[in-house]
Amino acid sequence: METQFEAVIGLEIHVQLQTKSKAFSADSTEYGALPNTQVSPISLGHPGTLPRHNQAAIDNAIKMGLALNCDIRRVNRYARKNYFYADLPKGYQITQFDTPLCNNGAVKIKLGDGTTKDIRLTRIHMEEDTGKSMHDQDLNDTLVDYNRAGTALIEVVTEPDIKTGDEAYAFVTEIRRLVRYLDICDGNMEEGSLRCDANISVMPVGSTTFGTKVEVKNMNSISNVKRAIDFEIKRQTELINAGGTVDGETRGFNGLNGSTFSMRKKEAVNDYRYFPEPDLPPTIVTEDYLAQVRATMPELPSTLYARFTEQYGLSDYDASVLVDDKQSALYFEEVVKHAPKYKQVSNWIAGPIRGYLNENALGMEDFCLSPGQIAGIIELIESNKISHTAASQQLFPALTQNPTSTPEELVASLGLANITDSSFIDGLVQEVLANFPDKVAEYRAGKLGLLGLFVGEVMKRSQGKADPKTANALVKAALEQA
Amino acid sequence: MKITEKRVQELAHLSRLQFEGESLKKMQNDLEDILAMCEKLKEVDTTGVEPLIYLTDAETVLREDVVIQTITHEEALRNAPKADSDFFRVPKVIDGNG
Repeated sequence: METQFEAVIGLEIHVQLQTKSKAFSADSTEYGALPNTQVSPISLGHPGTLPRHNQAAIDNAIKMGLALNCDIRRVNRYARKNYFYADLPKGYQITQFDTPLCNNGAVKIKLGDGTTKDIRLTRIHMEEDTGKSMHDQDLNDTLVDYNRAGTALIEVVTEPDIKTGDEAYAFVTEIRRLVRYLDICDGNMEEGSLRCDANISVMPVGSTTFGTKVEVKNMNSISNVKRAIDFEIKRQTELINAGGTVDGETRGFNGLNGSTFSMRKKEAVNDYRYFPEPDLPPTIVTEDYLAQVRATMPELPSTLYARFTEQYGLSDYDASVLVDDKQSALYFEEVVKHAPKYKQVSNWIAGPIRGYLNENALGMEDFCLSPGQIAGIIELIESNKISHTAASQQLFPALTQNPTSTPEELVASLGLANITDSSFIDGLVQEVLANFPDKVAEYRAGKLGLLGLFVGEVMKRSQGKADPKTANALVKAALEQA
Repeated sequence: MKITEKRVQELAHLSRLQFEGESLKKMQNDLEDILAMCEKLKEVDTTGVEPLIYLTDAETVLREDVVIQTITHEEALRNAPKADSDFFRVPKVIDGNG
């Protein structure tokens, strides 16, 4: 019989911090510049240069640590991680070795069955990015661009608490959401501002001894992280069941067929010869400094969720959908300032607005209508000036085409206002009753559920513009006038 | 402490240096001498003494997050042993690292 295996997974996530200048020099970090235009003698590793630490990088790193309830270290030392590679001009990377900025802390993830699980963090440390090598542009040479060299990074390292690809998916999604809320990284995995490596091993179910671990790199989307892990668990399990052994190695991920492939064996493991970076005295995080950073922390999704459900009375589902994306949550807050109709505003954001954005491949931050305009639409519905159908199917699309108009102007120019004229509506009611004599008889015989059918017909004949309350009352009155 | 020839070669590889024959022997002796000196230093009783990592008790001075471009693209490439108008060029590396 085949042995049942369970996986043990730890993740390492590199987060490129959204600072204007690099970690240890003043050259720009702007993405997409021409190669080797954002460099300096410091980032190019020229002799005699000295690093100077960017305060914004530390601020951002501390924010992440606070958001994840980590212990923040007060005396931070840097170390040199030594290795030779063309994209590392100094021959060493400045990183933190035995004194990471953050220890402990955890990320709460939501599992498919609705339960939550804490993924514990080992550490978060500060370091610098490398340049970029291009191996496939030229036959003989590797081309190197140092624009990225020296960009501030944090590396988030988890304990081996993750068991499945789905849990890893939830974890990276949560990290991405947090860095976006904190405004410390754009979280773009395709452009590499958020990068994830996974350490994966398998062991017989119930065992306490971990198997040999394999490190998988190059997963440039969150779904690829899940795919790579699922593939690797299956590969290792089948290998062991077939009598083989897992090699400790680094593997890459092929997004086209969802498989991993061997990149290099770990036997040639590098000796990085870490030693304290003599060019940087320790960075001290005082209580005052910590309090300052804490004061600039935005509200986090968990806080917003609590407020949306407790204060605004939104359902678990509605609140989760809103806080999923920072811009939607902020937009919601702006709309309810104008129109405190929490449930309606939430429905508009999750419904017509999300639909419009998806159709046009836009993000919430690109949405052309102001919170005031959406509040205006909702007010028109609430005050019975326009039906919900006319608002969502006609007014809203028209407004997105004419974002400089007000909802009121368009209701007038497009003739969308509710008809409240009783004699006009009553005329429609009489038409409907005349058209359905059988149903009228059934209703009068006690089948009161048919009321909706008649009202629906009246609404249809008014092209959705009859004031539903008036229509309802008139239908009822007419039916009861036997 | 004995340093084997193999160990010298490993260290040489990490530093991208090459030793053979006489120079290998000399490096091996030098490393042994250095380690012997370290062994001697270890004889001092350091119980209760904090490790000395920095020679001063200075704290780092932080820099404001402001972009200053100090050199041009052309200046950046000027000292490169090999470059084209855009990129630094290095011998093709197949095996990844870091």
